[in-house]
Amino acid sequence: MIEVQDVHFQYEADGEHDLVPPAVLRGIDLTIEKGSFVALLGHNGSGKSTLAKHFNAILLPTGGKVLVDGMDTTDPDNTYPVRRLVGMVLQNPDNQLVSTVVEEDVAFGPENLGVPPAEIVERVEEALRTVDMLDYRTHSPHKLSGGQKQRIAIAGVLAMHPSCLVLDEPTAMLDPAGRREVLDTVCRLNREQGMTVVLITHYMEEAALADRVVVVDDGLVLADGTPREVFADGDRLRQVGLDVPQPTALCAALRQAGVALPQDILTPEECAAALIPLIAKKKGV
Amino acid sequence: MLTDITIGQYFPGRSLLHRLDPRMKLLLTLLYMVAVFLPRNWYGLAAAAGFLLAAVLLSRLPLRLIWRSVKPILFLVLFTSVLNIFYVTGGTTLVHWGFLRVTTQGLITAAFLSARIICLIIGSSLLTYTTTPTALTDAIEAVLRPLKIIRINAHELAMMMTIALRFIPTLMEETHKIMSAQKARGADMESGGLLRRIKALIPVIIPLFISSFRRAYDLAMAMECRCYRGGEGRTRMKRLRTAGRDWLTLTVMLALMIGLFLLNQLGSVLA
Repeated sequence: MIEVQDVHFQYEADGEHDLVPPAVLRGIDLTIEKGSFVALLGHNGSGKSTLAKHFNAILLPTGGKVLVDGMDTTDPDNTYPVRRLVGMVLQNPDNQLVSTVVEEDVAFGPENLGVPPAEIVERVEEALRTVDMLDYRTHSPHKLSGGQKQRIAIAGVLAMHPSCLVLDEPTAMLDPAGRREVLDTVCRLNREQGMTVVLITHYMEEAALADRVVVVDDGLVLADGTPREVFADGDRLRQVGLDVPQPTALCAALRQAGVALPQDILTPEECAAALIPLIAKKKGV
Repeated sequence: MLTDITIGQYFPGRSLLHRLDPRMKLLLTLLYMVAVFLPRNWYGLAAAAGFLLAAVLLSRLPLRLIWRSVKPILFLVLFTSVLNIFYVTGGTTLVHWGFLRVTTQGLITAAFLSARIICLIIGSSLLTYTTTPTALTDAIEAVLRPLKIIRINAHELAMMMTIALRFIPTLMEETHKIMSAQKARGADMESGGLLRRIKALIPVIIPLFISSFRRAYDLAMAMECRCYRGGEGRTRMKRLRTAGRDWLTLTVMLALMIGLFLLNQLGSVLA
């Protein structure tokens, strides 16, 4: 789906200063498989958002190549086909909705693509149904909750019929209920429709939902593997300013205190399942 | 307060006026504005006012709404009336006081002009009361499209209007937030003279400006992500369509204008 080959990126120096800005990406190699759910982790300034903007030709690499379904993003003829295939949802839901009516906002993408009106109506309905917001089609977005607005933004991207969804910290500005709504929608899209999902986040719990976690630090890929593999090495993550999910951290602490627990615990449920027998045994003594 | 700009002045309804094609409504409003200035005598003005009354009744808008649109311009009406009363002279003099003279002709002209202004205001507010801002934007885009020849891009103007409508409530909300934040830190915005109050707004306006630029940057990127590249090759989900009723109302409007013209002739024959 997306192939990132030795990508370097550096913002251009502005005329006033002779200072060359530091490189943001320093040689990234990454392949995102069709239908996969990849979480991109990294602390602020690690380059993860910059990398994501390469996926849909918003930024072009200063070195290396990005191929989307075999199309090179640096070729101007590919810009719009790439952007249609790789839909992007941004952090602030307020700043990415264009229209004053929900359905017209969702229609914005297909309208730009020149889809015939009758088909736009179908696509809008389908997209709104997918994110479970069909009842709000004639509402105005500013009256909706953050989670609902973000789902409208997702619908707006879905209406372009993309095959990959890139979400750049979509839950950073939402309350817990809104986060849940958005994540459920994203997970469902991945599982039920086989949508390729790239979720950029700094919440470890969100990253744990993915099939694969890629940790970016200082413009390089630091770790790449299943959430279990990546979070097993908690010390390395902490070194680059990241953390591990709370259940993993708890088990690691207990292990250090001499409790026999497995290394690859990720979710609260697994943690409970591992701890309950131990506690029961202790009480029994 | 502009709590819901998407509704704007719009008053929901299903009347004939609500269902007319917004482009046609725009055209009709412009034609009516011309029509109001046609009459040269009271018969004509009465006909134009009568037509407007019929339109108001057809729209089924509550009359207090109509009153609300007229209220803010009453001062203007009064002001022009006073000017006319003293400037226009003719007929018999009613009051003569120093250099000021009130004549019958002055009074008649003042009343005539006031009636015209009020018709004008009610006529144009009928448009905004029966049309959503979204529909109005679409109509403006459609009507301005021929201006392409003189390099005015109707699509861009309409896009700007849409975005402005979309962001007004967001920025209002943000203004309230910033004001609360500044008040929490001891800013005083409610006391003092005008100058002091204006100065007190600076710490609100500057953060608002900065955040608007950030929002604009974000929005531009979001629009690019959604393949926006201007009006070319773009389709619209909602197409504006004229129906029989649109052409019928246009015919009625043209009939009114011809009628007004004939009434002018009649007036001069009688005089």
